[in-house]
Amino acid sequence: MTTFIDWLAAPLSYEFMQRGMIAAVLVGIVCAVIGSYVVLRGMAFFGDALAHTILPGIALGYLVSGGARDTLFWWALGTAVIAALGIGLISKNSEIKEDTSIGIVFAGMFALGVALISTVRSYAVDLSHFLFGDVLSVSTQSLWLILIFGGIVLLIVFAFYKEFMTLSFDPILAATLRLPVGFLNNLLLALIAVTVAVSLQTVGVALMVAMLVTPAATAYLLTHRLSTMMMLAAAFASLAGIIGLYLSFYLSIASGAAIVLTATVFFLLVFVWKKMAGR
Amino acid sequence: MYPHSDHLHDQPVLAVSHLTVRYNGRVALEDVTFHLHEGEQVAIVGPNGAGKSTLIKTIAGVLQPQSGEVNIFGSRPRGHVCIGYIPQRSQVDWNFPVSVADVVMMGRSAKLGPFNWPHRKDWDIVHRALETVELANLSKRQISQLSGGQQQRMFIARALAQEAELMLMDEPLTGLDAPSQEGILNLLERFKKDKVTVMVATHDLDQAASHFDRIMLLNHQIIAFDEPQNVLHTDNLLRAYGGRLKPVDGQNILSTDDCCDEGEHDHIH
Repeated sequence: MTTFIDWLAAPLSYEFMQRGMIAAVLVGIVCAVIGSYVVLRGMAFFGDALAHTILPGIALGYLVSGGARDTLFWWALGTAVIAALGIGLISKNSEIKEDTSIGIVFAGMFALGVALISTVRSYAVDLSHFLFGDVLSVSTQSLWLILIFGGIVLLIVFAFYKEFMTLSFDPILAATLRLPVGFLNNLLLALIAVTVAVSLQTVGVALMVAMLVTPAATAYLLTHRLSTMMMLAAAFASLAGIIGLYLSFYLSIASGAAIVLTATVFFLLVFVWKKMAGR
Repeated sequence: MYPHSDHLHDQPVLAVSHLTVRYNGRVALEDVTFHLHEGEQVAIVGPNGAGKSTLIKTIAGVLQPQSGEVNIFGSRPRGHVCIGYIPQRSQVDWNFPVSVADVVMMGRSAKLGPFNWPHRKDWDIVHRALETVELANLSKRQISQLSGGQQQRMFIARALAQEAELMLMDEPLTGLDAPSQEGILNLLERFKKDKVTVMVATHDLDQAASHFDRIMLLNHQIIAFDEPQNVLHTDNLLRAYGGRLKPVDGQNILSTDDCCDEGEHDHIH
């Protein structure tokens, strides 16, 4: 028993592990709540594209600041919000189908980001940091930013809960009730953007969509209430963050990948369990 | 242009004048003009693609007309939250994680206003609406667990909770079995005393004739709009349905091979 407690406690004696745990849990909760809307509205591809689209912004910030990582959050935030509203605009006013235009923008921007980063000597290391995240390098300052901006996202979701639910379930009802549909749609896009920026250091650009979608989808299988779905998703995501970091610590695997894999295993377990119980 | 009843009751609930709407690049409605009286129940019939849904959505203020105007109690629909829109069941995500009561409460979103959560009074209203449509005992069910008729009644309850004065229903009877259809029609009957004005798009000419005060025969334009016995004539129906209509025995008995194209099916657990 004591060995198990030691096993649990050992990683927490490192400050970077403590910060990493807190970051993973906070990010997990925010992603899970926003991700519930992403899942219900079928926006997984949008979320994935958005995450990739911010790479040139991060790269630019990285080049401008000469390699410092502390200011990257602001670059990520700015690019994400612009990209989210931009994608929203393109998909509305285009003759090309929405997913195609998103695909074009996303791949192009991603390539631009890779190109920019490739001008730096430590290209491979930096790129993988942005792509897959590195929650163990989260600074105290970044932790505050995650807390503040994640908190704002959750607060707005809480404040507009019934509006977002009505709009997601029945957009025509929302329109006949004269809810500000355009504003709410853009607000949701902006919230996803902020979430992406907040999560950047934890899971990185490439794995972001998993944090948005997987815990929420797991919860979706288990409940018939939106509020319960959000809370369950947050629980799954936090747990995946903690377990993932232990795996990362003891098996020396990349932290972002470990978190996402844990979340994926949760999903598979629930999925199989549901299938078995359904019979 | 069509038999128009000129007797105006005070203010018309709904007045549509010279409405032209393009939808997906095509003219869906052309120069449509009519008005409804308070408490009237009207059926819109016409072939698939005749513009029934477009008309309903334009009245609701969801689609914008190219020209012409819609007035609800004398002003544009934009400012009105008294319009209850009841969607086609095929357009609803039935796996959305909400209970029956949640959906009915959505009807109160506007009345509640921003940053406000449902009060005791709102839950009472929701409960009464569910009692009216006889779903009170199912209020906690997830919506996919309802039968087709119950799902439709849930949306009617939502319009009641919204305190709608004009109810727009897009094919509420499509895909329902006969008893469920009867249930909905009986429910509409009860709204007459509450002066709720009802506009229903339907495929069923018989039901339109037997349950509604007036029938609007629509095929991009209004072919006829009057009491059923004045509308359902061979000439009118041929103009509306064209080749898709087969006169039976050369009499006023007609059949259409026009039916629900949505592949509707009831799912009951």
